[in-house]
Amino acid sequence: MRYGALLILLSGLVALLFCASLLIGPAALGFGESVQALLSGKGEAAVLVMREIRLPRALLGVMLGASLGLSGAAMQGYLRNPLAEPGLIGVSSSAALGAVLALQTGLAAAFALALPLMALAGAVISVLLLLMLAGPRGSSLTLILAGIAVSAFAGALTSLVLNLSPNPYAAAEIVFWMLGSLSDRSFTHVWLALPFMAAGAALLATLARGLDALTLGEDAAQALGISLSRLRLVLVAGVAASIGAGVAVAGAVGFIGLVVPHLLRPLVGARPGRLLAASALGGAAMLLAADIAVRLITPDRDLKLGVLTALVGAPLFLHLIYKTRREGL
Amino acid sequence: MTDLLTLSDLTVRRGDCPVVDHVSLTVRGGEFVGLIGPNGAGKTTLMRGALGLLPATGHSSLAALPARDRARAAAWLPQMREIAWPVDVETVVALGRTPHIGARGLSDADRAEVDKALHWLDLDAFRHRTATQLSGGEQARVLIARTLAQGAPLVLADEPIAGLDPAHQIATMQVFRDLADQGRAVIASLHDLGLAARLCTRLVLLGQGRVVAEGAPRDVLTEANLREVFHLRAHYADTPDGPVFQPLEVIR
Amino acid sequence: MSACARTSKRIPVLIAALSILLGAALPASAAPKRVVSLNVCTDQLAMMLAEPGQLVSVSFLARDPRSSAMADQAQAYPVNHGLAEEVFELQPDLVLAGTYSSRGAVMMLRRLGIEVIEFPPENGLDGVRRNLTRMGQALGQETRAAALLTAFETDLAALRADPPRRPRVALYGPNGYTTGDDTLAGAILATAGFDNIAAEAGLPGGGTLPLEQLVMLQPDLIITGTRYEGSSRAEALLDHPALTDLAAMPRVRATGGAWVCGTPHLLDAVREMVDLRREMETGQ
Repeated sequence: MRYGALLILLSGLVALLFCASLLIGPAALGFGESVQALLSGKGEAAVLVMREIRLPRALLGVMLGASLGLSGAAMQGYLRNPLAEPGLIGVSSSAALGAVLALQTGLAAAFALALPLMALAGAVISVLLLLMLAGPRGSSLTLILAGIAVSAFAGALTSLVLNLSPNPYAAAEIVFWMLGSLSDRSFTHVWLALPFMAAGAALLATLARGLDALTLGEDAAQALGISLSRLRLVLVAGVAASIGAGVAVAGAVGFIGLVVPHLLRPLVGARPGRLLAASALGGAAMLLAADIAVRLITPDRDLKLGVLTALVGAPLFLHLIYKTRREGL
Repeated sequence: MTDLLTLSDLTVRRGDCPVVDHVSLTVRGGEFVGLIGPNGAGKTTLMRGALGLLPATGHSSLAALPARDRARAAAWLPQMREIAWPVDVETVVALGRTPHIGARGLSDADRAEVDKALHWLDLDAFRHRTATQLSGGEQARVLIARTLAQGAPLVLADEPIAGLDPAHQIATMQVFRDLADQGRAVIASLHDLGLAARLCTRLVLLGQGRVVAEGAPRDVLTEANLREVFHLRAHYADTPDGPVFQPLEVIR
Repeated sequence: MSACARTSKRIPVLIAALSILLGAALPASAAPKRVVSLNVCTDQLAMMLAEPGQLVSVSFLARDPRSSAMADQAQAYPVNHGLAEEVFELQPDLVLAGTYSSRGAVMMLRRLGIEVIEFPPENGLDGVRRNLTRMGQALGQETRAAALLTAFETDLAALRADPPRRPRVALYGPNGYTTGDDTLAGAILATAGFDNIAAEAGLPGGGTLPLEQLVMLQPDLIITGTRYEGSSRAEALLDHPALTDLAAMPRVRATGGAWVCGTPHLLDAVREMVDLRREMETGQ
């Protein structure tokens, strides 16, 4: 079966990139040494490098990429608009604002879960705002305009909070929150994000049938027995949990949720339901690839993930706008 | 035959104005009900209210059902022909099986229903074509096939034949009539009064949200009704080829 | 008593009168009367050398113990934020600045006709000597400067050490920045008998040392900077489990102020490090 084959292929790609991610890093470890350190725990320094530095980084790459791809596919399916993407329409930047607030107010230091929870709250507010401003009946234009407004506002507030921070390094980290990075993340971050991302993915995975039915429009979907109010609630919760947790630990990486569903859509016969699982795998693969690339291009400095994803994503975005406009005329 | 839809005093308001005003109606198996009336008479609103897609007062036997049961009891073809993604024709038609499929996906029985619906609408050759690349009329037929694949005993269709070529208009109307003859029921809003007169078993004439007349075509398409509701003068004759109805001129 | 009081009052007046006379005669060596310092390092040199009343304002950083070794003394001075307008209002006849600090303000003040003397950041012990001499000249306090310099050389000679085994230490700051040998911190370590791991890592001039490489190098000691309040990813790196799991290694935090500037106070840092090294030696 073609869909099954695609999923297997994508899983293989993710596994391959995951291994590559484990093997690439500034510490010159040989292949055998790396594998031995990872599996057997022999050789103290190499074990620390593999288990405490590279493994969490690769795991977060998979988790974050899958969340971004899945959320992008789900939002596009619901809004029936290929331009919907958590990063572009301000969901990620709102989550970043929540995370920055949690960190700078000291809430995150007092109560670790405050970080993902505040990011989640930021994401929920922005998703609700977007559904209100540019619901499914809204045009692409309304969606993008609303998204620009939300991300500009959230981005400005994030900058403000970081500039007001008593910490002299905080202001320089605006770029991290806007472009995202996985460098020097640890298992602390994995455990913090994992439950939320898993819950988000579980929620979004239930939407497959509803999103398929929405292909025919809201009226038809409802008449096919889909509860739209429930679908909307699950979508908001799922996207917010996935994106909120991801942004809280790795910043806002854009364009994955746009590029991946766009590339995979033809391969799943354009069915929004099937696109969910495929985009989750594709997102994981793309993010791992980007994270490998940033380490290969500039090994000695922390090039942000969003730089690479935007280099691929922004031209595609322009192409999609052009296409949407042409079809709209 | 069993009652497939019972409406009593159904009222749908937009603001303070009733768009559907105390409509009572019963549709049984074996009927092909043509819902006729000028633009703005409340045809679409009546059907959406009956399905529970709009908040309404009064009673509708369909709106009272839980969502999944309702989806098995009645299929709905909206006027807006929306296919959001470039999926293939078979996929669109298979969406009609949504209320029936379990966790395992489409069963053989589901596939058989899809094949049947494709064949009925003369779409076998289009099965693997991308639905969004078809012409408007072809897309309309695909969506009708989707509605039929739902396998519900009652089909509500909003202007199902608008935009089809004459042959496919007649063929589609005949499909609905065949459904009725098999014991199912169809309610379709129609503007082609000629085809309505020939193929519907019953017409319901709506004017300003109320049922003005209902019954056999010849009893509804009377000179007085046409003048009052449609502002039309028309020719109506029973011929060996069945009833022939032709609007002639607008009465001011 | 009253006579004594009178005399003591009279002396400064005399000195003032004399200096006006001398000033008129020899403008180059005239001691400036209203000095404003814009840089945390010139702040400290000026506080050490200026006579009472000569220094009218220091930078706000001078009061921050993380960057100033004389935070307590700085409480006695009004602070400025390096803005041209606030400095001009103080009507200084001499402004002390760092080469890289408050560039806009320095240029503006010069245009307004105020003399500005700039001190480059220092990267070795020689810088301390150079700074003391230069600041003495700038403030017209050459004698005090010479005395401080002598004391500095004596203390330095007493502290300088070359132990048989030099512990390998990593200076690891926010964002994984490691400081090289050719810096004040590097000089402090070398003087106290440590080897800086930066050279081993291929970063003799300092630079970003990836966490992985730091772990692989397994230094005997990691010195991190003092933490600021608020939160930053740059500093959060120092809490990474891979770093905290290097449990075998003792960690200290640089005490901030003493490590920052080329002033005699850096000997406090040297002293602290010598003590730490001795502790490590007896511990083994």
